[in-house]
Amino acid sequence: MKKLLLSLVTVLLVAVACGEDEGASVVGGDPAGTTVTLMTHDSFAISGSVWEAFTAETGVTVELLQVGDAGTMVSEAILTKDAPIADVVFGVDNTFLQRGLDADIFAPYESRNLDVVFDHLKLDDNNRVTPISFGDVCINYWIDALPGTVAPATLEDLTDARYASQLVVQSPETSSPGLAFLLATISGTDDWEQYWADLVANDVSITAGWEDAYYGEFIAGGGDRSIVVSYASSPPAEVIFADPPIDTAPTGVLLDSCFRQIEFAGILAGTDNPAGAAALIDFMLTNTFQEDVPLNMFVFPASQSAGLPPEFVEHTTVPVEPHIMDPAEIEANRDRWVDRWVEIVLG
Amino acid sequence: MRTRERIGVGDALMLLPALFIGLFFLFPVGTVLWRGLGGEGLDAVFDLAKSPRQRDVLWFTFWQAAVSTALTVAVALPAAATVGGLSDRARRFVRSLVTVPFVLPTVVVAGAFDELFFATGLDTGDFRLRHTVWAILIAHVFFNYAVVVRVVGTACAGLDGRQAEAARVLGATRWQAWRAVTLPRLRPAIASASAIVFLFSFTSFGAVLILGGPKRATLETEIYRYAVSRTDLTRAAALAVVQLVAVLALVAVSTWLERRRPATTRMARPTRTLGSRPGRWLNVGMATALLGAPLAVLIERSFSTGTGYGLSHYQALGTRVRQLPAPATTALWNSLHYAALATVLAVLIGVVASVVVVHGRSGSRRLFDLGLTLPLGTSAVTIGFGILIALDEPPVDFRTRWWIIPVAHALVGVPFVVRTMVPLLRSIDPSIREAAAVLGASPSRVRREIDLMIGARGALVGGGFAFAVSLGEFGATSFLPRRPEDLTAPVALFRLLSTPGDLLRGQAMALAVVLMVFVSVSVFVIESSRGTAEGSL
Repeated sequence: MKKLLLSLVTVLLVAVACGEDEGASVVGGDPAGTTVTLMTHDSFAISGSVWEAFTAETGVTVELLQVGDAGTMVSEAILTKDAPIADVVFGVDNTFLQRGLDADIFAPYESRNLDVVFDHLKLDDNNRVTPISFGDVCINYWIDALPGTVAPATLEDLTDARYASQLVVQSPETSSPGLAFLLATISGTDDWEQYWADLVANDVSITAGWEDAYYGEFIAGGGDRSIVVSYASSPPAEVIFADPPIDTAPTGVLLDSCFRQIEFAGILAGTDNPAGAAALIDFMLTNTFQEDVPLNMFVFPASQSAGLPPEFVEHTTVPVEPHIMDPAEIEANRDRWVDRWVEIVLG
Repeated sequence: MRTRERIGVGDALMLLPALFIGLFFLFPVGTVLWRGLGGEGLDAVFDLAKSPRQRDVLWFTFWQAAVSTALTVAVALPAAATVGGLSDRARRFVRSLVTVPFVLPTVVVAGAFDELFFATGLDTGDFRLRHTVWAILIAHVFFNYAVVVRVVGTACAGLDGRQAEAARVLGATRWQAWRAVTLPRLRPAIASASAIVFLFSFTSFGAVLILGGPKRATLETEIYRYAVSRTDLTRAAALAVVQLVAVLALVAVSTWLERRRPATTRMARPTRTLGSRPGRWLNVGMATALLGAPLAVLIERSFSTGTGYGLSHYQALGTRVRQLPAPATTALWNSLHYAALATVLAVLIGVVASVVVVHGRSGSRRLFDLGLTLPLGTSAVTIGFGILIALDEPPVDFRTRWWIIPVAHALVGVPFVVRTMVPLLRSIDPSIREAAAVLGASPSRVRREIDLMIGARGALVGGGFAFAVSLGEFGATSFLPRRPEDLTAPVALFRLLSTPGDLLRGQAMALAVVLMVFVSVSVFVIESSRGTAEGSL
């Protein structure tokens, strides 16, 4: 069917095709002079000077392609496996990682800079993906609006009547922080199903996405709830983008509730520029790239040797023992867990 | 002879819509469904019927779209009639103003509605609107009001008011005259507008999830859930097939309604007979409140700074914040650029297609009518994924070209041009064509001069829609790979809203307000360009 349609439309092509040739590709050897395409999600941001440094160092030009959210990106990387649109993909997190691994979309590559990466971030022994950054999804609270201005200290506290009608959470069906928080409760409570039943009894509110939770029901956007699922890096963003400027964050983080999200980069198996792709992965672990990450994407660099911007460190609390889960376990249970969650919470 | 040559060119032109829809819609969607259903074929579709949840979803999708359509028509019809009776310039002004809600991303509108619900105590309690089906319906009226006012208002303006006046002279009340004389003549336009509103509500995503709350599910949200959250392409494709079949059935019914009882038009004085003056203004007042309140919330927020009111959020649009790959002004410029391209494409293809739909052989006529309307009722996921996996190899390796984004926007714009133009062309009094023929005009000249002259109004109103659709498009755009420098305004807006901080949120609101201004000014300019064409009639 595809071929038939193709021949039909060939007529049109003469008119519309703008014949730009792709950059010449090199297999192995020195990638200088080639272009490497990096596919990533819409939340990706990095300073232009960083790419200039990469090109100056390696002679390789980077072309970025951004698409939707992390889930959309992984789906599309799998769909285009046989004809990849990029050489490297960045932004696959540990909740989606196994899906990409199962679909065999990555080519293994052990970066020569891998030593700088925190050990606990390395989730794939075969180096099919390389950790680049990490962040934590955590319960945030608006300090001044808490009932009795007492902050919750544990996940269990959120089921306390003191915090009735205070918590707003995103649905794990449609939201990535929502899924991360569900995983945190599965990892961090003895009986997560009972825990959610207790949250429901305590009048937890559910939204579809982060925006309508944080800016809709949470006090930050004019709502009346004082506790929300957001990120460990949300308090520094509240300070850096405050209007008028403020010195201390209005929000705090419940460290017991944090789920670690690790973002990986991987070389797509179908690449025709493996040398350029490898150079890019190596570069993403250098300090030039790593130190630019925090203030652009509000996540931490995966490299132990990268310095952190002072305004980022000052207002950020890093959980010592965040909840973390094996990607294979997530993938094997996710749909079942989410279905069960829907029954308990929305049913 | 020149006329003969023209016919040849005309036939070749017919290929244009066929190729466009074939290459950028049927081929991609066919490919993704084929791949998705895989070995299971249609069994996957029939399996859906066995699941009570999916039956509920299908029923709710239809139900909410039907009620949204009925409500929108009921609320907007009096305004459409009022607009039809206005002077030319005033009509254009109102038509461009009502287009504003159309460009606003749902996440922004939902935020404004939520704030109104909170402010009025409608967020909880017995009269709660937040996270109810009512919130979805109100939002659908908000977004689609413009469709009815513009499509029906345009048809109203073309009606001959003398028959209704004659009825009044013969003793009919104003209401009787309107019901017996004017309404039947508007039926094709109302059917046309209803079809668009229904399809928009049928595939609505953000309004359902954000305002309706996480419990609500429609075919569109389910397709997203299976394709993206679960990577279950088989189930997603099965749902997409159900969506396509439903849309085909709907479009078939609506085109039948549109064709039934063709009413005719002479270009003459507009009708001014609907309703008493106070009643009409009451309706317009209510509509202004419905459309205006959420917009007022956005405007207030865009000027609200930490220290009172000011322009600082607007000034910030020119400087890149770290979350964006380029300043918001670049995104606005890109969006204007894409919208202009999408509009030219949509008008070009829509005009040719409309002429075929009205004058073509019955086979090609029906195919065009159905095929060109389909994209409006097709999930953004299906179109985005389809383009990604179908247009992936030479000679059609188009999926990462920048122009694929305006092309995807034009796919949704074309049905607007067709659905606005076709009722106008159908309503041309045959005696006008006959008169021209008697006076010696060749058939192609009749078509060119009379049809295009009268249809031009529809083409431009449809073009205004295409522009607005493109300016606000976030669905297919978010599924297509883009270079950072090709950032569009809705994508930038969404990015600004996804990191905490008052400065980012303020800038997002300012961006939304600039989009509102852009769309109303652009639509006004687009529709003014017909001034000379109509003046000669």
